[in-house]
Amino acid sequence: MSQGQEVHAGAAVVAAAESTTIQVSDAPQASWAKGRERLAWLMVLPSILIVAIVALYPLIQSIRLSFTNARLASNRAVENIGLNNYRYLWESDTFRIAFKNTLKFTVASVALELLLGMVVALIINSQFKARGLVRTAILIPWAIPTVVSSRLWAYMLNDNYGVINDVLVNKLPSAVSWIPIIGDNLAGIFPEQKIAFLARPNLMLPSAIAVDVWKTTPFMALLLLAGLQIIPGDVYEAAVVDGASKWKQFWQITLPLLRPAILVALIFRTLDAFRVFDVIYVMFGSSVSTLTLSIFTQNTLVDGDRLGRASAASVVIFLCIGVFVLIYTRLVKVEEA
Amino acid sequence: MATVPFDRSTLPTDQPGQRRKFDLGNAIVRVLFWLLVIFILIYTLFPFVWALLAAVKPNGDISSTPTRYLPSKLYWGNLNYVFHQRDFLYALRNSIIASVSTVVIALIFGSLAAYALGRIKFRGRNATLYVILAMTMFPAIAILGSLFQMMRRFELYNTIPGLVLTYMTFTLPFTVWVLANFFKAMPGELEEAALVDGSTPFQAFYKIMLPLAMPGLVTTGLLAFIAAWNEFLFSLTFTNTYAARTVQPAIASFRGNSQYEEPWGSIMAAAVVVTVPLVVLVLIFQRKILAGLTAGAIKG
Repeated sequence: MSQGQEVHAGAAVVAAAESTTIQVSDAPQASWAKGRERLAWLMVLPSILIVAIVALYPLIQSIRLSFTNARLASNRAVENIGLNNYRYLWESDTFRIAFKNTLKFTVASVALELLLGMVVALIINSQFKARGLVRTAILIPWAIPTVVSSRLWAYMLNDNYGVINDVLVNKLPSAVSWIPIIGDNLAGIFPEQKIAFLARPNLMLPSAIAVDVWKTTPFMALLLLAGLQIIPGDVYEAAVVDGASKWKQFWQITLPLLRPAILVALIFRTLDAFRVFDVIYVMFGSSVSTLTLSIFTQNTLVDGDRLGRASAASVVIFLCIGVFVLIYTRLVKVEEA
Repeated sequence: MATVPFDRSTLPTDQPGQRRKFDLGNAIVRVLFWLLVIFILIYTLFPFVWALLAAVKPNGDISSTPTRYLPSKLYWGNLNYVFHQRDFLYALRNSIIASVSTVVIALIFGSLAAYALGRIKFRGRNATLYVILAMTMFPAIAILGSLFQMMRRFELYNTIPGLVLTYMTFTLPFTVWVLANFFKAMPGELEEAALVDGSTPFQAFYKIMLPLAMPGLVTTGLLAFIAAWNEFLFSLTFTNTYAARTVQPAIASFRGNSQYEEPWGSIMAAAVVVTVPLVVLVLIFQRKILAGLTAGAIKG
């Protein structure tokens, strides 16, 4: 996950939390109105210009380049090659692997984050002594840069002296073996040998997912917590009077009322996870086992010097994400003035 | 955080009435609840603590088997090494310059646009807001190639100004969107008072509304700073020397003297150096951050 995404994440959380409408307050007086309208445009213009230069124009340029054989370090004339870049991607096994990995990563990390985030949000939302401490603690993974998280977890997952292997192979088995009767059986479920999390191809993507889940669950939890806190307490009072169990309350009251927050969180995290770059690139570089669409694109551009082909891959990512963005902007309504 | 008047939780809580009789089921649930709380605390805090420990462990402790949990002695060599690494120091400097400039520019232009979008009725306002909202989720990877080309053409490749310009793609829309919501929520009477006093609309903005929006500016600025500080993809792609490369790619490619063994001690020391200030900031401003994340939802 790139930090650029973090900001999007920040925006979306606030936006999602706002989940509202920007409404114009009525201008105090009519005499102001005209001057204010001109002023409004003058104030908005610089931002629009910057966004147009650094984002909208490059986007159009990306689409145009995707139909050419442009390179970065070449003075050769750029030729239009139609859909060749897209055809190449369609036929490329590497691109297909990247697509599959991206989907796996997205589905697994978003699902786990939703599940864990829900548990954490429910816990923080209940009344207990260490509540503030938990709320502060979950901000820590969120505050740690993705690059740092990746390196830190790579160190912890090391197959020789990594702490995770030590806990799995030595500490946990000896801890549970003290439990009477079932202790020895419990100890048996832990691995006897240290696991090469970062070298075994079938464990590489799951390791990256684990890091992403650690880093992003807090965010999910905060988003869901915001949703939980707007559920009015009297709904539960009524349920308690009716004698509904906590379990029943969760399924019949909390979950349905939380639906909008869950939906926003899911869409948001999905489009975030879909463009995953940092967490995987830092742990595994451009290894095929964990290649994602973003890494494929960056590689094609920087190492392969294929500007046209990389642009085509960019456009594919953009279109996939665009669908989610459209759904999202429908959810967060801008009220018609 | 306001106290919750009624227990909304679906999980067991302290309710004095329930405790008179010993209830085995309830007791088990409570134990499980607390185990879960402890697990969450370990899960979220342990990796950070582990990095802090690794930064002050002697190198022998770091790669020892069985794993050494506490440092056998405090060792400052790795932190010392990191602060004498020329490239790392340059990366720190670059990150500070790039992040601070990004925040300043995004706040100046962002607050202008946000005020107009939040408080003034004008044609094209809704369309602009939709574009801004969509832009907050803009995938940077979609413009990587064309930005690269642009940086080369205008000789911005491997420069800090170039980097700051690209950081606008994610900080500016975000700043505008959050601040627009913030301005919108402010009471209108203040502007009316300014009008009565004979201020121009622009004076009403920068003399009255802007100072009042300071808490929003601080929160937004902090979030923008974190985003710029943590940015990786653009810095990795658009810089290649210490002239502009920021700390994230520097840490990602941190290598020691030996090419066979990762120098975990110095990597963790460098990681701690770039992370601790951030964590401290987040802890200091945690109420603001949490409020920013939750306040809006309560309104909605």
